[in-house]
Amino acid sequence: MARRGRGKPTHPLYELTLARLLEFWRSPGSVFWVFIFPVVLAVALGIAFRHKGADSIRIAMVGGDAALTQTLSKIPDFEFLELTEQEALDRLHRGRLDALIDAGPDLFTLHFDPTRPDGDAIRLRLSDALQRSLGREDVATISEEHVTSGGGRYIDFLIPGLIGMNMMSSCMWGIGYAVVDQRKRKLLRRFAATPMNRAHYLLGFMFSRMLFLVLEVGLLLIFGYYVFDIQVQGSILAVWGFAIMGALTFSGMSVLIASRTENTEVASGWMNFAMMPMWLLSGTFFDYHRFPEVVHPFIRALPLTAVNDSLRGLINHGESITSLGLEAAVLALWGTIAFFLALRFFRWQ
Amino acid sequence: MSDLAIECRQLVKRYGDLVAVNHLDLEVARGECFGLLGPNGAGKTTTVEILEGLTKPDGGQVLLLGQTWKRRGARKLRARIGVALQETRLPEKLTVLEVVRLFRSFYPDGRSPDEVIEILDLVEKREARVGNLSGGQRQRLALASALVGNPDLLFLDEPTTGLDPQARLSIWGVIETFRKGGGTILLTTHYMDEAHRLCDRIAILDRGQGIALDTPDALIDSLGADQIIEFPTNGFDPDSMRNLPGVVGIKQRGGSTRLRVKHLGQALPALLKHAADHGVVLESLATHRATLEDVYVHLTGRGLRDG
Repeated sequence: MARRGRGKPTHPLYELTLARLLEFWRSPGSVFWVFIFPVVLAVALGIAFRHKGADSIRIAMVGGDAALTQTLSKIPDFEFLELTEQEALDRLHRGRLDALIDAGPDLFTLHFDPTRPDGDAIRLRLSDALQRSLGREDVATISEEHVTSGGGRYIDFLIPGLIGMNMMSSCMWGIGYAVVDQRKRKLLRRFAATPMNRAHYLLGFMFSRMLFLVLEVGLLLIFGYYVFDIQVQGSILAVWGFAIMGALTFSGMSVLIASRTENTEVASGWMNFAMMPMWLLSGTFFDYHRFPEVVHPFIRALPLTAVNDSLRGLINHGESITSLGLEAAVLALWGTIAFFLALRFFRWQ
Repeated sequence: MSDLAIECRQLVKRYGDLVAVNHLDLEVARGECFGLLGPNGAGKTTTVEILEGLTKPDGGQVLLLGQTWKRRGARKLRARIGVALQETRLPEKLTVLEVVRLFRSFYPDGRSPDEVIEILDLVEKREARVGNLSGGQRQRLALASALVGNPDLLFLDEPTTGLDPQARLSIWGVIETFRKGGGTILLTTHYMDEAHRLCDRIAILDRGQGIALDTPDALIDSLGADQIIEFPTNGFDPDSMRNLPGVVGIKQRGGSTRLRVKHLGQALPALLKHAADHGVVLESLATHRATLEDVYVHLTGRGLRDG
């Protein structure tokens, strides 16, 4: 490194890319948000939403005799709590009791919350246990064959979404904000006064982003593999292909947003305006199929949805690249239009 | 090939109602150091940016090293000019060497970054980040990034504004060396001493128009006076002093009167006697050799720093 001030001049594209890499690497804040934060988020959400097969159902009973209590407390996966009626109702309302059985002389009343995702399961299992304990006989024998499909856990869902979201925000901030900042510092104007090839300037940004992309995506994939045993079911090459397409698309959008303003606050506002709907709609943290079906076409037309869906398809479900034509088309369209407009509007001063 | 490094005719630039540059003509010979002198808002920066091809004029022609800023050939022309813009803030997180290397990479021919770093006396700061440099060091780095492309023509917009005397001297030295090597310089400044020391010729700009153009000494000589006497106006009728011996001209500005005088030894006693005769007490009185600022005041009735 010591003698690199002499000798043959280097290629401008190399220097521009290197300058971006160094500037980014020397900003601890950016490094944290781009590399560390997504991993922290994955750990936190992975722990919070881990598969809780072992969690028991907490029940209590009012009325009923000792024999019934004895029977209920022996059902596997049920935790029987000795509570007064008042205590039990109180806990039920706070979500700290899953069901209360009110045992009358010839009527059992179940108190539970049917709007909970597992409400039905609680009702079925509890009534089944009650009926059996009172002597109901099974009339058919059912054997079970267990199939575990890959990619069914929340963390499986989450990791591709985090990759997509992280890619979007690091492109927006890493390119858009930096360009506007350089315009504000009159550095763009200074570059424009040199014989620098203007395409090299933007390409330098893109190349440095692509290099960081390898780290960003690689880090989350490796982390997912070692910590949560998430294996890429489909083609790893296709994963990289879609990651690169996504990064190019978001780069184009960020250059478009940064094409004219020299006010970093204005640029931040526009970037948030562009990203906010995608954070909410594109299925990063929860499945967008929860939204009404009529809006699905609009959601699927968003670039982040295309990235998330394609990465999920490839990583979780082992889909082939041919089934992801729509996603590829959405990305290509957004990217092409954004770059076209950005180059048209871009202002050097 | 033209002997002129810069030639512009009837240059006009408007920003809305404001005419920033108003039918300006300039000719700068090759090998010359040419100064644009004027207060802030006189149109210096706009003029320079038009010449550098960064701003499009609304009217007039520009020839730089015999070429126009046509789309074709613009990059070749840029390779021959060096620019230090006013208020460029170079990337804070890069080192001196990294910045110079970056600029070097844009030019097909140029000097080695280390050579330029040495010329600008930044060797000790070679690996220091731009964010940790002093104002003078940053300005020298800006100059390094302008010189690393080995330009024929150097544009310097207020190269020493805000710097301490030591830093200014060091930058003046670099500019003089470049000039001795045959380079052409166009610099803007609102420091008269800078213009006087560095420039072969000076154009004084006021409200977008060139109001005087000559060598610094000829401009001062045009006042017809070597010395200036300045004192508070109170109680004096300026016209009564016009016939004092040695007085060439009178200008009143703010609360003070300036006499341009040919021979201080003649004029000063006469002025003191004149004051005593009229019963006026001169609370303060100062004399100095005529400078470019006096030329500017004489031409416009305003000070350079009045804006």
